[in-house]
Amino acid sequence: MKVLKVSGIETFYGKIQALKGVSLEVEQGKIVTILGANGAGKTTTMKTIAGLIKPKTGTIEFLGENVTGLRPDQLVKKGISLVPEGRAILSGMTVMENLDMGAYQRKDKEVEKDLEDVLKRFPILKERKNQLGGTLSGGQQQMLAIARALLARPKLLLLDEPSMGLAPLIVAEIFKIIKEIKDAGTTVLVVEQNAKQALKIADYGYVLETGKVIIHGKAKDLLEDPRIVEAYLGRKSEK
Amino acid sequence: MLLEQLINGITLGSIYAIVALGFTLVFGVLGIINMAHGEIFMFGAFVGVMVTSTLGWPIWMAFLAAIIVTAILGYMLERFALRPLRGKKGVSHLAPLISTIGVSILLENLSHHLFGAGNHPFKNAFAEIHFTIGSITIYVVQIVIFVISVVLMMALSYWLSKTRAGKALRATAENLDTASILGVNTRQIITLTVVMASAMGGIAGILVGMAFNSVNPQMGLSMGLKGLAIIILGGMGNVKGAMAGGLILGLAETLIVAYGDSGYRDAIAFLAIIVILLIRPQGLFGQKTSEGRP
Repeated sequence: MKVLKVSGIETFYGKIQALKGVSLEVEQGKIVTILGANGAGKTTTMKTIAGLIKPKTGTIEFLGENVTGLRPDQLVKKGISLVPEGRAILSGMTVMENLDMGAYQRKDKEVEKDLEDVLKRFPILKERKNQLGGTLSGGQQQMLAIARALLARPKLLLLDEPSMGLAPLIVAEIFKIIKEIKDAGTTVLVVEQNAKQALKIADYGYVLETGKVIIHGKAKDLLEDPRIVEAYLGRKSEK
Repeated sequence: MLLEQLINGITLGSIYAIVALGFTLVFGVLGIINMAHGEIFMFGAFVGVMVTSTLGWPIWMAFLAAIIVTAILGYMLERFALRPLRGKKGVSHLAPLISTIGVSILLENLSHHLFGAGNHPFKNAFAEIHFTIGSITIYVVQIVIFVISVVLMMALSYWLSKTRAGKALRATAENLDTASILGVNTRQIITLTVVMASAMGGIAGILVGMAFNSVNPQMGLSMGLKGLAIIILGGMGNVKGAMAGGLILGLAETLIVAYGDSGYRDAIAFLAIIVILLIRPQGLFGQKTSEGRP
């Protein structure tokens, strides 16, 4: 079953066209990754899916329902949560308050239990739960951002460059977490610069270039695709 | 004598703090200065005059009526003067400021028309009741004003730090986009903020009426400017800063009048603010680097 179906979206910043007809699909229970260089339109794609930017044309379907043009908070209600680029921690609020905000729309009785589970899964957050979000390190902030998004119990989790600016050990930890999220049944769409790591955990991949999808296919095929190897997995990824 | 002046200063300062809180909440969430806040405050004061003098109802009815009227004014301000300008391409960031200035002039003209120029007496049953401790005279009305202000500030602080809506307001103030992807309907929160801030202005209007026994259509402007000065002093968008700044300005004004030249009352208060800002440009409680919207 398709969780997400994006068809020919075109998004503009003023007169500048950032997306020139992007189409992609995300199957239930999979990890799908979007790769591409800086300025290819990866973040714009994520922001458009999450409702932060409205596409000029094209449609976005979520679980078979047309959700194009809905506000971000309405999409959270439907089951889409975004962990944006740069993590977007509420730096003036405590770690606990950040987590509370993750469950903002939920009124069910399991919020408390989910909070406990999250603190158990991320002991570092439990340790710092009364600290302001802005005082955490980059890796801790990323974990907080992911934990916060999970507390909304999304059906589709959007992760925008979760490994950006983090030390290699932390990056490995983040990818491990993404895998666990998938194994727990949440579908994941992840944008990454770190193509090799992303393709290793992903089931399917799309490559964006100047606002268009230029290549897509199964992740294990992309790992061997000479065009990808040359452009994204070559010497660059060894650094 | 000094103690008496301190009590006067704290009374005045607590009213200033309530006015400034209205400014700071709106600034925090919308990033704009609401120049109509002073006039909404003035309308609250006039509602108090109508209810207590014209209708002869008790003072608590005046509070209720002022809260309702100013909340409605706040809603209309947000709905018709601010929302249409928000998120539109090509709208100058100064446009909402000009828009609120327009509303402030409209409200002032309207109050001239409705209530007439000049001072209106503000009746209140316990205006003259006072007691003396040693050589100090304390009016009951001062205690009432102080208690109401403190309760209001405590309630607001509790609401902001503990409730779901309060946290959503803080999240929206920190970053609109982040709040929205967490599921906050930011448009609702913005409306709520402007309505709440305006109602606080209305309450402050009644408090000023009680404190000075006099209300006029021009009082909005000077109170508006003071409120603005206070939030700059306390740190823009900072709740604690608005409270502390209000008390500082109230005390400074009262002490200047008591021990200096009352003719320079307003000027010296503003000079004091300039001096403080030279030493601490970000305001008393402000952060060094302002966190702008990305």
